[in-house]
Amino acid sequence: MNWFTDHKIPLGSWMELFVDWLTTHAAGFFDTIAISLEWLILNMVAIFQWFPVYVPILMTAALAWLLHRSLGLVIFVVAALLLILNLGYWQEMLETFVLVLAATTLSVVLGLPIGVLAAHKPWVYTILRPILDLMQTIPTFVYLIPTLVLFGLGVVPGLISTIIFAIAAPIRLTYLGISKVPEELIEAGKAFGATPMKLLLKVELPAAMPNIMAGITQCIMLSLSMVVIAALVGADGLGKPVVRALNTVNISQGFEAGLAIVLVAIILDRICKAPNAKEEA
Amino acid sequence: MSVAVSIKNLDVVFGKKVKPALELLAQGKTRQEIIEATGQVVGVQDASIEVQRGEICVLMGLSGSGKSSLLRAVNGLNPISRGELLVQDGDEMVNMANCDANTLRHMRSKRVSMVFQKFALMPWLSVLDNVAFGLEMQGIGKAERRRRAMEKLEMVGLDKWARKLPHELSGGMQQRVGLARAFAMDSDILLMDEPFSALDPLIRNQLQDELLELQRKLNKTIIFVSHDLDEALKIGTHIAIMESARIIQHGRPEDIVLNPCNEYVRNFVAHTNPLNVLKGRSLMTGLDQLERLDEMLVLNREENSWFKMDAQGQLLSASRQETALQLHQWESSSTLNDLNEGTLVVASPDISMREALEIRYQTGLPVLLREASGLVGVLRDRDFYHALLGKHFGTDPA
Repeated sequence: MNWFTDHKIPLGSWMELFVDWLTTHAAGFFDTIAISLEWLILNMVAIFQWFPVYVPILMTAALAWLLHRSLGLVIFVVAALLLILNLGYWQEMLETFVLVLAATTLSVVLGLPIGVLAAHKPWVYTILRPILDLMQTIPTFVYLIPTLVLFGLGVVPGLISTIIFAIAAPIRLTYLGISKVPEELIEAGKAFGATPMKLLLKVELPAAMPNIMAGITQCIMLSLSMVVIAALVGADGLGKPVVRALNTVNISQGFEAGLAIVLVAIILDRICKAPNAKEEA
Repeated sequence: MSVAVSIKNLDVVFGKKVKPALELLAQGKTRQEIIEATGQVVGVQDASIEVQRGEICVLMGLSGSGKSSLLRAVNGLNPISRGELLVQDGDEMVNMANCDANTLRHMRSKRVSMVFQKFALMPWLSVLDNVAFGLEMQGIGKAERRRRAMEKLEMVGLDKWARKLPHELSGGMQQRVGLARAFAMDSDILLMDEPFSALDPLIRNQLQDELLELQRKLNKTIIFVSHDLDEALKIGTHIAIMESARIIQHGRPEDIVLNPCNEYVRNFVAHTNPLNVLKGRSLMTGLDQLERLDEMLVLNREENSWFKMDAQGQLLSASRQETALQLHQWESSSTLNDLNEGTLVVASPDISMREALEIRYQTGLPVLLREASGLVGVLRDRDFYHALLGKHFGTDPA
């Protein structure tokens, strides 16, 4: 038995070698991604900051009203945002919002085509399924290390880790939605002379839309749940005060920042989720 | 009359390994043997049929008999494993068995459109946009396709529902939308896959009538799948009966009712209503079987009614109880209101049984049948009872 444990399979070292190889040979590639993503996010935050604070508040309230026609929700949204402003987390809230927005957008832009492909080619899904399982179950801290090595400290490794964690939702639900499109609708599309592209755009995607929207909503909530982890590698946002509070055992700061995260989560959830729920009912 | 769709020795086999199944088919193995040997399902086996322009050809059979498989081969939704399937396109005939993707798309968008059993409307599109769906696939602009879709919606009487979503409509209305969507393509050939099976009987009847009405105006070539012989007899110009992947009988509705080719067809026929199918010619008693007194032929001895005809078979006069009967030539434009008790009606031998019975009911007299060459026979009560009791089935109409 000693022999067996003595001859350890060097899985960890192999992974390290692989990451080392990536850092030396593909540094330019990863740096380009890091620089452009960082530029994008910082500028988006700057744009939001340039507006006087009441503009984002009014815009969010208007959006809530347009989508749900619920006065209660509008009052809640305004009150929650004013509370965050009052507590002094406005800047952090904007940074978190932009991070979630960027992570969701990238996840959907990448995940939607992958989901469509997986639904059309069974072998793609066979390969994809274990990878998705891995991405969702592997502890976040484990891939935080290589992303940190590859992209350096800052908002980008936080964003990439968030995407790795959240992208499974849009992929899975797009796959589900497209696979579930009734055969007769596909046949109707074909029988009326649809090209494969038109069949996708005019039949499959609209038919799968409720599922895809559910995937996007899930993706938003998963991204938000990564805020504190992203702060560990240096991403700005509401996660930072939480981490700082943890390090300094600061109960009041921890509570306030935590409350702000919860409020953002509820606002996003209520604004995004309800229209789908109504459709499904 | 020209041929719109011509099918020759067509096989449809479902599955990945078509070749071994085709070889077994060629060896004369049955469908069941082929499933056991190769796992491949034979949908259609050696089907040959020609559909003329402007006719309604009904493919009839129980579920699993291959009727839908054959229909779906016509627009390429099902693969054609072997054989030839020609569809008319202008002056040429396109073989759907080996045409490329572009030709297939052209045929689907310009020549052949389809109506589905479960309607297959897009639930997220308004009724109007559903009708315009096929035009959208052709890349026609929004305003133009909506204008054309609106015309077709008016045709099926649903123009007021244009803005609704499909699920807000009843089943019958949804299938009218399906019809309008197929009509919007302005293609000459219409495939209808049990379009009325999902509807309740009253609505089904109503839609059948509407379809026949529209067909009189539009004169399309329709291939219609049905599992209901009454429906097939009502709307079909020709009927092809299918049993386990083969076409076992093809003919006019009346031929099928009068001469079912085997037990399977006979079972179908036994449950149909003869009123809509049988024609005077197959019901009548021939003149040679009537009792004769010189040049007088007896219609009914008890009532003392008879008629007189000359040597050329032309009707001269008729009387009952020594009184001359008024004669009436029955035309397709005639109505029952023109008839009184005691009018002797002379009609074409192509008159339907239902019409002849109505006349008999109105006049209280038998109906004489005459074609261009002269009188050929008479429809008496006994002839009607004979048919109503199904005693004509399986016997030769002569």
